[in-house]
Amino acid sequence: MLLQIHEPGQTPMPHAGDNLAVGIDLGTTNSLVAISRDGKPEVLRDPRGRSLIPSIIAYKTDGAVAVGDDARLVLLDEPERVISSIKRLMGRGTDDVKRLAGSLPHELAPGRSGEMVKLVIGDRVVSPVEVSAEILRELRHRGEGALGQSVTRAVVTVPAYFDDAARTATKDAARLAGLEVLRLVNEPTAAALAYGLDKGAEGTFAVYDLGGGTFDVSILRLEKGVFQVLATGGDAALGGDDFDHAIAEHFLAQSPGAAPSAAEVKRALFSARLAKECLSTQDSGEWWIERDGRRSAHPLDRATLDRLLGPLVERTIAICGEVLHDARLAVEDLAGVVLVGGSTRVPLVQRRVAEFFARPPLSDIDPDEVVALGAALQAEALTRGSDTLLLDVTPLSLGIETLGGLVEKIIPRNTAIPVAKAQEFTTYQDGQDAMVVHVVQGEREMVDQNRSLARFTLAGIPPMTAGAARVRVEFAVDADGLLTVSAREQTTGREQRVEVRPTYGLPPEDMERMLRESMKHARDDLARRLLTEARVEGERALLALEGALRKDSQLLSAPERSTIETAVARLRRSVQGEDRDDIMQAITALDGACQDFAQRRMDHGVASALKGLTIDRVERDMAGGRG
Amino acid sequence: MDARAPFCHACGTIQPPRAVDHFVRLGVKRQFDVDLRELERQYFGFQRRFHPDRFATKSAEERAFSLQHSTATNEAFETIRSPRRRAEYLLTLLGQPALPADAHTVGDPALLAEVLQLREALDESAEPRAMQRIAQDALARAEDCTRSIAAAFAAGNLAEAGKQTLWLAYLDKLADEIRARGRRPKPGP
Repeated sequence: MLLQIHEPGQTPMPHAGDNLAVGIDLGTTNSLVAISRDGKPEVLRDPRGRSLIPSIIAYKTDGAVAVGDDARLVLLDEPERVISSIKRLMGRGTDDVKRLAGSLPHELAPGRSGEMVKLVIGDRVVSPVEVSAEILRELRHRGEGALGQSVTRAVVTVPAYFDDAARTATKDAARLAGLEVLRLVNEPTAAALAYGLDKGAEGTFAVYDLGGGTFDVSILRLEKGVFQVLATGGDAALGGDDFDHAIAEHFLAQSPGAAPSAAEVKRALFSARLAKECLSTQDSGEWWIERDGRRSAHPLDRATLDRLLGPLVERTIAICGEVLHDARLAVEDLAGVVLVGGSTRVPLVQRRVAEFFARPPLSDIDPDEVVALGAALQAEALTRGSDTLLLDVTPLSLGIETLGGLVEKIIPRNTAIPVAKAQEFTTYQDGQDAMVVHVVQGEREMVDQNRSLARFTLAGIPPMTAGAARVRVEFAVDADGLLTVSAREQTTGREQRVEVRPTYGLPPEDMERMLRESMKHARDDLARRLLTEARVEGERALLALEGALRKDSQLLSAPERSTIETAVARLRRSVQGEDRDDIMQAITALDGACQDFAQRRMDHGVASALKGLTIDRVERDMAGGRG
Repeated sequence: MDARAPFCHACGTIQPPRAVDHFVRLGVKRQFDVDLRELERQYFGFQRRFHPDRFATKSAEERAFSLQHSTATNEAFETIRSPRRRAEYLLTLLGQPALPADAHTVGDPALLAEVLQLREALDESAEPRAMQRIAQDALARAEDCTRSIAAAFAAGNLAEAGKQTLWLAYLDKLADEIRARGRRPKPGP
């Protein structure tokens, strides 16, 4: 929708102004968008009154993308073109996902170790960031439809236990969808905000948040408008999806045969979910699955369901115990426990939470909506000002690898954010001139048991005896829970700073490419402009290469030269055409073909620059610079 | 302009934080005795004004300054809130750090003996109840220590304050270890 016309005086929000911002709950199973006005949050609905957008995306054969209920329809005919639960793959690398492979109903694109995971859908390859961006774009459109004005800013919630890579991926997805993220807020914290402001709750509360794919528990103190997170814990890969898997496996085990296909698994999961939902209100039922083209019926009752889900629910209860322990509190110290997330509708979950916390849990705000409502309140607070204050913590310890594969923790978990801490490290060999800084997140003592976030080399350490260099590594976590690491060699006063992006994040060039591609979908004139830009970029690349070849072609062997020439010819052809993607691919191909050449030129350049350099020459230059 | 007025009096924008000590940063007296409720009130008060949430729609520069203020405020609060860190910090401010930068070991044999004894007791007890008793002992010892530190500071005896602070550091470490053991997830029923 480009333009919406309203009757005079009928504009939905006449005085909304431009500084409006929405709250978004980007869930594993469902997503919502909400707005708050004067401290009163409400979920935004489509014209048919629906608030939940199923977090399902279909990449249809005709190239169109369907989101939500429309995508669910595609599930029946072409399950292989439908992606659900993409949130579980946010910030994940190919290595992480290999471990999940069997249970994942998607085909994965082969990727190099350490790269962000990608999915194959028909002839397309998409990253979790792009898929999430489709959901966010749909939410933005819903918000714009309901509010009658453009929506460009949002508070987006993430599981408290999301690591740095997943947080960055979420922020990137929002940017692709044309949304500026004012703040990433932890889901249990958002829920507490909604409860605290709506119910005027005071005291210390536990928020038990079991969603489709993630589990969080946070202990918060609510006092006079301050929402202080004391401790948080969880499991970023435990949720209602795992309930569905347990039930589906139970069904599939009852009907033996060859290994089920991805489509059969998807249908079995669909039945499993229905069974789980029905058994929240009734005691037993019967569900169908399909196997080798045959359908079979499977009865399930509440007792069997509880047995299947028991081990998963107990894992969440064990985590509740750990988090209370971290907060140095006992169950008696709490004023209440709040249930958040659709999976808390499962009777076994409610019973075990009530038993563990020794009181009936609170669920007076719809557990599906409460996070979005809290996000909307925070969005209003950030844009209009507020007396409330959210003080959150970092969920996982952050550290770096030291000798022997051990982790030196720099910021322990449950530290109030924003936070910055530095530590000094030294060299372990005489004359060592570089140091690898390997950043990890997690609680284990050995590096390989934790999540690797980034790795970079601090070069240019002046040669000294072992232990003499002083490298100061600083970790800074901002209010979004995002980490920046910098390292600096101090002995000589020579400084090197390296900003770090998570290993599994989008490389900036991919981000730019996707941003451009996403805009192409939006408007044709934009496509026109982008084509022009691509041509300009292509021409520029050709010009630059010509210059380089004129100067340094002696650095190339004949076969290398011919590879580059082939890539040049392809780009020449592409810039004559109308296909921007083709041009971009040709540029990328040319970049690839020239990488060694560029590196060699750089080395060569540095070597020749240093060769002629003597101390007096440097001094003369510096004096000249000053004069 | 002092540390408590970090906004420009002409245009009202936030200014970069100044290098002040943690006590000044939170507007409490530079001494070991601290009223924790009062400390917390001050902390919340400053975070209300500095927190990046207050500057989400402001210029990049103001957002950066707010982040620096808020980070420094958190650091100050974390330091003063903990008796051990507060004592260590105060001793460093007063020019007599508890553990000088070039020292790597503790010279006090009585302290070493007691630490070793507690640690042995901890290693021998896998049983939760025994561990709880050791934890309680350590906690009671830590409270004694904190009182001794307060008395030493009040008497101006920095050497004694330093000695007790080292002791407290060991007890803190021990308590952390006990907590870490207690956190290990128990098998489900």
